[in-house]
Amino acid sequence: MSKPVIATASLAGCFGCHMSILDIDERILDLIELVEFDKSPIDDIKNFSRPVDIGLIEGGCCNSENVEVLRAFRKNCRILISVGECAIMGGLPAMRNTIPLRECLEEAYLHSPTVAPEDAVIPHDEELPLILNRAYPCHEIVKVDYFLPGCPPNADLIWEALTALLQGRPLKIDYPILKYD
Amino acid sequence: MPEKIKFFIDGKECLAERGQTIYEAAKANGVYIPILCHFEGLKPVGSCRICSVRVNGRWMASCTQPVTEGMMVENQTPEVEEYRKAIIEMLFVEGNHFCPTCEKSGNCELQALAYRYQIMVPRFPYLFPRKDVEAFPTFLLDHNRCVQCRRCVRAIETKDGRKIFAMKNRSGQVRINVDRKLAAKMSEEEAQKAMEICPVGAILKKEVGFKVPIGKRKYDFKPIGSEIEEKSEGVKNE
Amino acid sequence: MLFYDINKPNFMQGFLMSSIKRLLKKYGKNRLHLITFLKELQAEKGFIAEKEVQKLAEALGLSMTEIEGVITFYHFLTDKKPGKYVVYLNNSITSEMAGMEEVARSFEQEAGCRFGETSADGLITLLQTSCIGMNDQEPAALINDVVFTCLNQEKVKKIVAWMRQGKPVQEMVEEFGDGANRHELVRAMVKNNIRKAGPVVFGDFKPGEAIRKALDMAPEEVIEEVKKANLLGRGGAGFPTGLKWEFCRKEKNGEHYVICNADEGEPGTFKDRVILTERPQMVFEGMAIAGYAVGAKLGLLYLRHEYTYLKKYLEHVLQKMREEGILGQNIAGKGFDFDIEIKMGAGAYVCGEESALIESAEGKRGEPRDRPPFPVQKGYLNQPTTVNNVETLATATQIITHGAGWFRSMGTPVSAGTKVLSVSGDCEKPGIYEVEFGLTIKELLEMVEARDTLAVQVGGPSGNCISEAGFDRKICYSDLATGGSIIIFNKTRDLFAVVRNFLDFFIEESCGWCVPCRAGNVLLRKKFEKIAAGRGTLQDLKEIEAWGKIIKSTSRCGLGQTSPNPVLTTLANFRELYESRINKEADFIPEFDLKEAVAEACEITGRKFTEEHEHA
Repeated sequence: MSKPVIATASLAGCFGCHMSILDIDERILDLIELVEFDKSPIDDIKNFSRPVDIGLIEGGCCNSENVEVLRAFRKNCRILISVGECAIMGGLPAMRNTIPLRECLEEAYLHSPTVAPEDAVIPHDEELPLILNRAYPCHEIVKVDYFLPGCPPNADLIWEALTALLQGRPLKIDYPILKYD
Repeated sequence: MPEKIKFFIDGKECLAERGQTIYEAAKANGVYIPILCHFEGLKPVGSCRICSVRVNGRWMASCTQPVTEGMMVENQTPEVEEYRKAIIEMLFVEGNHFCPTCEKSGNCELQALAYRYQIMVPRFPYLFPRKDVEAFPTFLLDHNRCVQCRRCVRAIETKDGRKIFAMKNRSGQVRINVDRKLAAKMSEEEAQKAMEICPVGAILKKEVGFKVPIGKRKYDFKPIGSEIEEKSEGVKNE
Repeated sequence: MLFYDINKPNFMQGFLMSSIKRLLKKYGKNRLHLITFLKELQAEKGFIAEKEVQKLAEALGLSMTEIEGVITFYHFLTDKKPGKYVVYLNNSITSEMAGMEEVARSFEQEAGCRFGETSADGLITLLQTSCIGMNDQEPAALINDVVFTCLNQEKVKKIVAWMRQGKPVQEMVEEFGDGANRHELVRAMVKNNIRKAGPVVFGDFKPGEAIRKALDMAPEEVIEEVKKANLLGRGGAGFPTGLKWEFCRKEKNGEHYVICNADEGEPGTFKDRVILTERPQMVFEGMAIAGYAVGAKLGLLYLRHEYTYLKKYLEHVLQKMREEGILGQNIAGKGFDFDIEIKMGAGAYVCGEESALIESAEGKRGEPRDRPPFPVQKGYLNQPTTVNNVETLATATQIITHGAGWFRSMGTPVSAGTKVLSVSGDCEKPGIYEVEFGLTIKELLEMVEARDTLAVQVGGPSGNCISEAGFDRKICYSDLATGGSIIIFNKTRDLFAVVRNFLDFFIEESCGWCVPCRAGNVLLRKKFEKIAAGRGTLQDLKEIEAWGKIIKSTSRCGLGQTSPNPVLTTLANFRELYESRINKEADFIPEFDLKEAVAEACEITGRKFTEEHEHA
């Protein structure tokens, strides 16, 4: 029997949630026994080589590329999980959501004290992804099946969630491992 | 001694003093009903509705409703708990609650309620309203985090009874409005009291913060309300 | 003396601080009169200045923030300097249906500013407001408190041209309405449109007869008669009036008060306006009778701000009653003292809720109270208070005159007597109909000459939207209860536009006190818009229903508890409309649209959104 396959990605996140996945410590050896990884920064596979069972998404969507990756995950993953505050509610990148986009860009690229006024410009290269009007939680763009809160989520929560899924049993969360910070 | 009133919470027989609210009586009987806007010693205002219970098919806020003889209160039934959870979720999407950046995190009652109910994601879309942060000599007021519980409005007054915090506007535009002149005269102690009475991180005393390390915060290991429930367990074990 | 007149000539002469001093002298240093103070200050120059707030705060022992809280709660109080002419255009659904959009554009074009703004020359401020009780003569607006009805582009052009000439607003009213609308103290263009005068409220009435008769009875007998008549509250909730009076009377301690709730704000309701215009004395006698029954010496008429144009006339009627000895000291020589004071509202739908009304009458933000205690126990000034609707009190007067038996011979066993309906929307004869309870919707539609009716909104936005399947249902407390609002929509109307208008109304009018009403309704509208935009799924329909139920169940007062009704009742009675908008096969459709989400970035960077972005 083939092992279940996992894919992971960080969209508008800081990779902290991926660090937390690694924080399961020696249990990572058990995990490797249980699953295989496909597209993921953990094994550096860039593209889906097959449909996978579980997709773990870190980060929300800030630009068109994030949306593209997220949609590819939805298409290729049987179960999709939002991991961490950014994926769930936009997180720190969403702190810009109450400020109009133009104001944000002008502040960052035109008026910031570190910008040399003579070549101040808002980046517009065609190669760049287009920035969204605000940061979006993943489930506002595609259907997301499960959510693991935290900044980052506690490694024990990630472990519990993955093992529960793989064993097909309901999630049992000990109070101290569910945190939003 | 005046006679006590007999009533029931989820079938459990309880006794209440005459005039006691459902919330108070429940607490005295070791039953936790979640509250957010209510604060011991302040006149209850029933603004958050998280303490909603159902009696004879009718919904009511247990912080304002007095117990009556023979009352059958539904507290931890699936529907009541589900509706409370929904209200907590409404608060999360109505404001801008970035827990990772908030120094009240771990000691925040809104967050603690969400932990207790194991809310993984609100069912509602985030509204991301534009709200301000205001600075006063001794404290900050971050409207992004305010849940309009009116605790500060009720608790903080001048010696001659003037309100320093009051409500402004109405509907979704409702805000806490601070009297600048009176706030300027607030002492460190009063600012401390305002911060302590605020259930969330909306009122913060200046020049202190993140004093309690992770692992030592109020709600790190035990859910909100467990102090009431443990008391009840203790009684049972005796 | 209880009465004052903001239009007395000496009123306009004062300047800032002396105004406040004079107000304090006139009414006393009592925060009870705060709204009166604020309204009078605003009458002088259109707004309340920060300095005035400060002075008032000092004088009343309040903080400035408490007073700012009151100012910002009400539509018609402002601390920002407006134009010389302030237009409040009614945005209720009947106004929309009668061409409000066109009238609004016309105002904007002529005034040179958008709604929500003041023209650059500081002459005109354009604002919108919720229902002003003119639904049978829309689009209507208040301009400096003067009512303008049946507006159209031409009239707007004329009005704005007059504004530029500096013409006083009252002089812009060239034609007057019927009945007492023509009275020299009213002089309004408002029409009564009484299409069917029934035997009770618009029946024979001999002034003074009822109060004299009541005073010959014992108070308990008066209550008994009203109980026997089975009079139920006409504001919509239907609480037995006699019982309310009895509860109030039974409270032994303290002063007792009678409040007449003339704050009809439910969109589509305008019957109290017409009753107050044509039957004021019947209402006032009803208040005196209630006062006698419960043991009160003072009655308050809480009159909504929108009906300011009736105030002087109503005061005149009260004065006449005093002169005739049927109000004031020793009424009809029978040793009963009772007087009536008019308290003005300042624009807030929620003040129709009796405890919010009491808060407002006490000069505070109109936020409902927690109950118990009920107003009959602790109401105005924490004293036992009976709050009754205008029509209820008028009806009580007639019950005393003609007897409970006469009254019960009309209507149905549960719902005795008649109901005054205000009918608007798609029909030939909108206006006032006093009908016996038990009338079916079908009969009503024939009476008002409505054709091709799609839906009937019974009881306003907080009521029920009825489809043809329900046209045999009856107007009465045990079937379709209504405070009087009947709005008719024909088959050319889009019910989604109706629901949207109602949802906006509740969101705007929520006092913001409790979470489910304040936040829940905004979320409900968001979900509704998703469905309306064709991005809904069956799951969304399930959710909108569930969310509506949560808001209804957990809200603190009647406003929140009925606010999801526009969605819930149309969902129940017009489900096919919703189903036609959703995608039944899809299990998830996001609200998110990539092209829309990057539009701003494209504009800022000068880049184009391409297929590549969408399908990469």
